[in-house]
Amino acid sequence: MTETAQMQISDEIAIQIENMNKWFGSFHVLRDIDLTVYKGERIVICGPSGSGKSTLIRCINALEEHQQGKIEVDGTLLSSDIKNIDTIRSEVGMVFQHFNLFPHLTILENCTLAPIWVRKTPKREAEETAMHFLEKVKIPEQADKYPGQLSGGQQQRVAIARSLCMRPRIMLFDEPTSALDPEMIKEVLDTMIELAEEGMTMLCVTHEMGFAQAVANRVIFMDQGQIVEQNEPKEFFNNPKSERTKLFLSQILGH
Amino acid sequence: MSDMHQHSIRFVRETMLPQAAPPVAERGIVKWMRENLFSNLANSILTLLALLAVYYLAVETLPWMLNGIWDAPSIRACREILDGNVGGCFAVLTDRWNQLLFGFKYPSEEYWRPSLAFLLLFAAAAPVMFFKYLPGKLLIFTAIYPFLAYWLIWGGPFLAPVVALLGFVAGYVVWNRFVTSSFAAGFFGAIAAAAVTWWLGGVIVDAVAPENSLLPSVPSRDMGGFMLNMILGVVCVSLSIPFGIALALGRQSSMPIIKWICVIFIEFVRGVPLITLLFVANVVLAYFLPPGATFDLIIRVIIMITAFASAYIAEVIRGGLAALPRGQYEAADSLGLDYPQAMRLIILPQALKISIPGIVNVAVGLFKDTTLVSVISMFDLVGMIRGPILASTDWNGVYWELFGFAALLFFVVCYGISQYSQWLERELTTDHR
Repeated sequence: MTETAQMQISDEIAIQIENMNKWFGSFHVLRDIDLTVYKGERIVICGPSGSGKSTLIRCINALEEHQQGKIEVDGTLLSSDIKNIDTIRSEVGMVFQHFNLFPHLTILENCTLAPIWVRKTPKREAEETAMHFLEKVKIPEQADKYPGQLSGGQQQRVAIARSLCMRPRIMLFDEPTSALDPEMIKEVLDTMIELAEEGMTMLCVTHEMGFAQAVANRVIFMDQGQIVEQNEPKEFFNNPKSERTKLFLSQILGH
Repeated sequence: MSDMHQHSIRFVRETMLPQAAPPVAERGIVKWMRENLFSNLANSILTLLALLAVYYLAVETLPWMLNGIWDAPSIRACREILDGNVGGCFAVLTDRWNQLLFGFKYPSEEYWRPSLAFLLLFAAAAPVMFFKYLPGKLLIFTAIYPFLAYWLIWGGPFLAPVVALLGFVAGYVVWNRFVTSSFAAGFFGAIAAAAVTWWLGGVIVDAVAPENSLLPSVPSRDMGGFMLNMILGVVCVSLSIPFGIALALGRQSSMPIIKWICVIFIEFVRGVPLITLLFVANVVLAYFLPPGATFDLIIRVIIMITAFASAYIAEVIRGGLAALPRGQYEAADSLGLDYPQAMRLIILPQALKISIPGIVNVAVGLFKDTTLVSVISMFDLVGMIRGPILASTDWNGVYWELFGFAALLFFVVCYGISQYSQWLERELTTDHR
């Protein structure tokens, strides 16, 4: 897995973050973030709560505004221009902790909405694409139901399919399994692993260290708004360098 | 295990029992009464007291209703016929039926026009109310209806409502053409296009309008009766919902000027009694208009009631918007939907659904508030009753029958709105079906 995975990573840059700073009011949440993500990379971001990891990936598709530094996504510099932001958002898929499906639309409508309205795909074609991805996440039979009728795990898989329908080049995952029952975590992780094997560029904020070891080619550890350590997963877990990382790992792997 | 049982536990059923009906006390009406009316001593006493109250109410009112006189020229004639017996004098309703519905100045040979407009209202409202079950193409009729209804009720040259419609169409075309490049260009371009069309159209209509139009023109001051309540109610409700949505969204805007305009408008209008606004519409507005300029009283009243209702509806919708989880906005944003798309497709459908009870509350209240125009000497249903009918020597003194009738008319409409809204809420439920 690691061998082949390594080969899929190209030299092309997907995301480039330089000297990025962000404040919530006077609170300095992200401090001097420098990060280069290459196409096909699968990065797991972990760290204690409040360390800024969610904020970091939310800055990438401008759900949060950064105040200093620059973010370049797929060659486009993120500016405050609304058109530019919408372009980047349609290229970058995002999966949320609480799924955020649209409860007034059926599963199929959830998946076809953005392709039809943003990409101007004909309805028939959008529905075919949607069914393709719903099959991929293994719930095509739920297409006509409403999100409220599905289990948490199923909803999260629909959320992944909904993002994929936009054919994004980068996927961001913001704690995708944190709101799920233990039984359902696996079905979502399996979907994500499959996606990783196809070479999708992924940034994933998660506490699933098993997932990190299985698919990530890089693990980033954040604390107090800074990147404290990043390394290949094997090195990261077996031989952490910083004291803070060691403490964190001992706490989450200890039980 | 087995030695704990002293006697045999063997049992084999030889004959199967047929289904039996539950005992009398446990089924049908008897069970229902036992559970709901006579479940214990206190409840039984309350039930009996309630029955007694219903009985006295019926004894007092039924003769009045059943003995009622439906055909008499005046209240004195009524009393003669009744000859001291208890009975309502409903003859006032049949005698003044047309006045109650259309006011006392609307030409009687034209009554079919507002009646037809009223019937067509159902056809126009249906595609909106039952949007799930009727084809979207029917909405074209809904769009044409306001102009058609105006022409039917007010009459006058046929071209006038056509020009009004064309103005909207021109505005829409320009909007559609330019809004993709710039919102401001689309917005102001649309207003300009509509204004130009109306101005040109006004000149043309004045020039070519025939002396006698197909439908004789009826001036606004001749409108009255329940028709006036319906006109004000329908127009103001259907205008105040879109304005309310715009105000609610404007209040949430990140652009400070728009936000403050909306906040000031909402807070000011909500802080002023409707009756004050109506007096402003009636008297004060005239001071601001150039001398000699006439500005239809009904339009002034519609503007005031709409402004009043939209401020309330805006606050109701703001509550709906606030009830949506932030994640819905974020999900819409993260898919690349722009602001109008996100609002129209994701946010408003959910926010409006949450706001239905509140909106209906305002709509029903507004419809009943249209009777306040009687205070500024417009002869709506209540104005007709208080004015021409009760003041006439024939019917002076008939209160119960007239106001009971007015109450009934308003109740029927408001109850209908309420039932529809509850049906709609059930219809829009999407969880746990």
